[in-house]
Amino acid sequence: MSAIVTLITGILFGLGLAFSEMTNPAVVIGFLDIFGNWNPSLLIVMASAIAVGMLGYIIKNKQIKPLLSNKWQVPSLRHIDSKLIIGSVLFGIGWGLSGYCPGPGLTALINNPAEGFYFISALIIGSGLHYFQARSGLK
Amino acid sequence: MMDMIFNPLVGGLLIGLTTTIYLLTLGKVIGISGILSQLLFSKERFLPFLFIAGLIIGGAAYGTLTEQTVDFLEVRSPWLLIASGLLVGYGTRLGGGCTSGHGVCGISRLSPRSIIATLTFMLAAIMTVAVLN
Repeated sequence: MSAIVTLITGILFGLGLAFSEMTNPAVVIGFLDIFGNWNPSLLIVMASAIAVGMLGYIIKNKQIKPLLSNKWQVPSLRHIDSKLIIGSVLFGIGWGLSGYCPGPGLTALINNPAEGFYFISALIIGSGLHYFQARSGLK
Repeated sequence: MMDMIFNPLVGGLLIGLTTTIYLLTLGKVIGISGILSQLLFSKERFLPFLFIAGLIIGGAAYGTLTEQTVDFLEVRSPWLLIASGLLVGYGTRLGGGCTSGHGVCGISRLSPRSIIATLTFMLAAIMTVAVLN
């Protein structure tokens, strides 16, 4: 059952990205270009997603456990550290360069393979670099 | 012109509904960068695989599902895409999340980390686009 829910939520998430045109980097760059011809799409997507998400957390707080699992696995970290800030700055620069964040980059493998291939290959190398760095305990 | 509000509104509601279903059934948050790195580097790969496969299938509905309001850009330089991918891959893992995990799921539960992360990557991205243009 968890497998079916995971597949269906993956499809729904992809449909949401596609319908809101977040899979098109031109729309994302249009949002980030606040000094140019501004396109508010991404703000509308995030605001409506967050509004529904907040209702979800209100329901969650009245439940003892999830329907298909024995425990909640919601991130509980609260501290703000340099990793959070530096990581977010690097991510933001990369996002601004192409207009792709991870989800739209994955859909580009089909929608725009000439771009998706380079972006996702490099994204995998970048994540791998962090994985092996963290595993070997390097700072 | 209506599509410029209607499409992102409906798409955003669908994304919010999806993160809510995922939360209330599986008890987890949807963070694409995290799920992708589980698929690549963890021992439990089956569920992450299903999610990522579903995301790509759903996203492939692009252009057939809805009338697009903005044209695609011409295919850009591989070097730009490689630099972008490396920064996004490394940065999201160091910062513990991307637009979905911090931006949507994190802000939905008013996580201070996610609010700071989202403001930071938005600002960095806006400055990058301002410099490029």
